[in-house]
Amino acid sequence: MTRTVRYVVFGLGATGIGLLGVFAILKIPAFGASSHPYRDASIPAAVKHATSNVISSINFDQRGLDTLGEESIFLASVLVISVILRPAGHETERRELSEGRPLDSTVLGGLVFLPIVLIIGLDVITHGHLTPGGGFQGGVILGTGIHLLYVAGTYRMFEKVRPVRPFEWTEAIAAGAFACLGISGVLVGASFLANVVPQGVFGDLFSAGTVPLLNGVVGVEVASGVVVLISKFLEQALTVRSDSGNPQGNGHTSRETKTPDGQHP
Amino acid sequence: MSHYAYFVAGWLILIGAFGIMRSKNLIQSVVCLAVAQSGTYVLLLSIGYQWGGAPPLFGEPATKPNLHVVDPLVQAMTLTDIVVSATVTSMLLAIAIQIHKRHGTINPDELNAIRG
Repeated sequence: MTRTVRYVVFGLGATGIGLLGVFAILKIPAFGASSHPYRDASIPAAVKHATSNVISSINFDQRGLDTLGEESIFLASVLVISVILRPAGHETERRELSEGRPLDSTVLGGLVFLPIVLIIGLDVITHGHLTPGGGFQGGVILGTGIHLLYVAGTYRMFEKVRPVRPFEWTEAIAAGAFACLGISGVLVGASFLANVVPQGVFGDLFSAGTVPLLNGVVGVEVASGVVVLISKFLEQALTVRSDSGNPQGNGHTSRETKTPDGQHP
Repeated sequence: MSHYAYFVAGWLILIGAFGIMRSKNLIQSVVCLAVAQSGTYVLLLSIGYQWGGAPPLFGEPATKPNLHVVDPLVQAMTLTDIVVSATVTSMLLAIAIQIHKRHGTINPDELNAIRG
């Protein structure tokens, strides 16, 4: 397919979808209207379980099963990336890296901001049922914040501070703990992922029952998952090298079959 | 114009798809996919919006629970959407790295050989 044909095919498809979209949009309720039946149903349910942040209540209490699927997707993607990016047979990990020293201002900035970022991450996780935030958001802050150590130091130093193996274990255990919290609901006679913990006073730190527990578990899982994920990409960029020096020895064949303008023959 | 936000969402999805179609670089394709996915965030959030609505967060004694807030359900769905989008992006980038290793190029037009 030449580029022109591709543009024409896309143009036809996009016009069709665009027109359908315009017709659909003109028929749906106007933007900013006051009719929101799901909101009217979910807010009383959140208040009944003393959860200030209704979004957290939906994610971890009312539709906890969906979030179990969501964190399983995350777990699966970390697993897939670990498999895709493992060093293949013809590749070795370089042990010695010639690295320069980071700038003094970078080191200072990294060391000043590291504790701040970690505290913000923990705060976002622990108050996920009260204020905007939660396990997913705080976990990403924690998992990426640790990499300030890499920015402020060298990769070898960073590898000693952050061994990947414990993070892999923590991620798996936290993902399992989410399911165990769900099963504990069944064991006490309620349903899977039911909010069986005493819910406390509305607006308190210790309120909302299982929501902060699930938030914490997800936070730990996402933080460890992000660390494992970034470590795989860092390995690819820094340490993994092909033995032959040529990507699998056949990296040039695709260039030879190329025709002018990059068109397919 | 009361449907403006919905058209922005549709435009983002289409322009993202257009970018994927004309891309000559797999990394650029992945970024274009992220643009298209951000159209779905805009769509979800604009469905749940209400003029003058507060965020769906309550805390005594500042705000008593009331129904004059934006729809929390679509916001929860947007969070799920973002998580899925992030995982898809990271997996596609990992695949782009492997493609570059095996084929020596990340131009999709040059990836015309099927190889076991």
